[in-house]
Amino acid sequence: MSWLASVDPLFAHGVTWVVLLIVAIKVIAGFSMLMGGVILMIWFERKAISDMQSRIGPQRWGPFGLLQTLADGIKLILKEDLIPAEADRFVFKLAPYLVLLPALVTFAIIPIGGTLTIAGHPVMLQVVNPPMGILLMLAMSGISVYGVMLAGWASGSKYPLLSAVRASAQMISYEAALGMTIVTIVLATGSLSVHNIVAAQAGGIWHWNIIRLGFVPFAVFVIAITAELNRPPFDVVEAESELVGGFHTEYSSFRFAIFFLAEYMNTITMSAIIVTLFLGGPAGWIPNVSHLRWVFPIAWFLVKTVGFAFCYIWFRASLPRFRYDQLMDLGWKRLIPLSLGWMLIVAGFLVAKGWGFMMAAAVLLAWTVLSRAFDLGQTRESGVDAVLPVVGERPLPGQVLRSMTDEEEG
Amino acid sequence: MASPLSFFGGFKLTLAHLVRPTVTTSYPMSKRPKQPRQHGRHVLNRYEDGMEKCIGCELCAGVCPVNCIYVRGLDNPPDHPVSPGERYGYVYEINYLRCIHCDLCVEACPTQAITESKMFEFSFTNRADAIYTKAELLVDDQGFPQRLPWEDWREGEAAMTGGWMRATSPSGDASYEGVVQWAGDLGVGVRAPEAGQSDNRDDEATGSKQIRSVFPRHLEPQDVPLDLRGLAGAMNKARAKMARLRRSRS
Repeated sequence: MSWLASVDPLFAHGVTWVVLLIVAIKVIAGFSMLMGGVILMIWFERKAISDMQSRIGPQRWGPFGLLQTLADGIKLILKEDLIPAEADRFVFKLAPYLVLLPALVTFAIIPIGGTLTIAGHPVMLQVVNPPMGILLMLAMSGISVYGVMLAGWASGSKYPLLSAVRASAQMISYEAALGMTIVTIVLATGSLSVHNIVAAQAGGIWHWNIIRLGFVPFAVFVIAITAELNRPPFDVVEAESELVGGFHTEYSSFRFAIFFLAEYMNTITMSAIIVTLFLGGPAGWIPNVSHLRWVFPIAWFLVKTVGFAFCYIWFRASLPRFRYDQLMDLGWKRLIPLSLGWMLIVAGFLVAKGWGFMMAAAVLLAWTVLSRAFDLGQTRESGVDAVLPVVGERPLPGQVLRSMTDEEEG
Repeated sequence: MASPLSFFGGFKLTLAHLVRPTVTTSYPMSKRPKQPRQHGRHVLNRYEDGMEKCIGCELCAGVCPVNCIYVRGLDNPPDHPVSPGERYGYVYEINYLRCIHCDLCVEACPTQAITESKMFEFSFTNRADAIYTKAELLVDDQGFPQRLPWEDWREGEAAMTGGWMRATSPSGDASYEGVVQWAGDLGVGVRAPEAGQSDNRDDEATGSKQIRSVFPRHLEPQDVPLDLRGLAGAMNKARAKMARLRRSRS
């Protein structure tokens, strides 16, 4: 049982029924926190976005419309559950849970506070602290792609299928950049465990990963995670103007509600992940009081998470949706080289200063070569021959378009 | 080329909107202010002594572009006349399933008998209710429009009937702008004219408000009228306010 104790000090004195009870309470508390958070998150998003659009937003149910989500949920449960005739019934029913489950599991690894002592047992305010830690999050976001993909495929309808193709391609593209930034953090921390990553950032704002690793991994991570979440401006998967509702077009009633729930759960969870990985998690200023010291880390964690949740809403209100090829360009040509290069630089500095500068020079050189290659590729694939001029301005046989040849030469 | 920082202009804009007042209202509970010349449900007015203004001339029915008005005139009974003069409106019906609220009847009326209130929110559950007869259209003994169960009357909607009539100068002659050319109404007396183009406004008496002074904070910079922009605009606004104050004092 010694490996259990190394995972969580709660199990240091064996597994008794008190310990099991604490674990059960932690699980239930984490679950209900996420559920309550989802209800508030949906309300918060609708309220904030309506404020940004000079509207009022939900207001009829409960104070400030707080119960609107509940009313919508009840409405969805009471609606008729339709399964299209062409659908693959088993997979169609399975898909929502493949999206919901990862969303629930990922939240379990996030530490929302320090360590408490309850009935003589040290209790980490974290549902579970697996040794593989942050890899669990990557694995789970990989599984949720299956949910989206199978939902689109099993619907037996063309728009969901297109959405499924987009979802799989998009998530694979951005997962690479995401993984690379996580590797950067793991390199700097020396541990995969989320608890250790947070512990490594303790001791002031200068130890937070956002500053310690330079701003770049943070920026890449935020962009990539927004794409992972299929949130605007990367919501090509459920682009209403192109794909009706995307992968959940054919879903109704509670199955649709599950997708909706999972989406907002993921928004909260990913905000929490960003806070955990880059902003020191529950770290923050604690006043010198004897009691209730454990409340402040939780408060700090909540404040930071809500701040990021607001940022997602802000993105949605401000940015137009990416075109699909722009999305792929950003993922493959910008974010992946950037995160890879930054990872190499960080790795170099971890070995020695000289190595770091050498790595930086090498990355700079590679970046120059790469951007030149991209430029060339751009002109090759959409060069003079490929471009069809505007109708009415097409060259006559033998005629040469002056402006284009000039650009080609200069 | 635009500055790289201009990328964040959109973020700034949405943040600015966060603190601006909303343009929408929680509609059934509160409503946006109505314009003084709003065309709503008609009323048939009375003189200050209680006599009906309608003389049954059927000009309103004649001018109505959708034929929604049906009028029949009758000679006044000599012992208890309904209106001053020879005839009165014996039957008066308006079909609100047809009415387009163009106010041509109001313009055609020689005695200002028919005017429009600002109340437009009325919905019926059967076709018979949609045909208002004289019993529903005529103002009550206090001179105010009758409030039928399916009508949603709010503060001020009954007060300023006939805004359209009072806003136009007789025969379109600018020198008659603001001149009273109508008789008093039961309950409210002679209504004040609304001055339109000449800025000879009496906003307190007419309850009128310019739309651009109602929602100025929601105008985008490029939509603000030229004479209200910048420093010169602030001075113009102050000058107009001073003029209004001086007029109300004198």
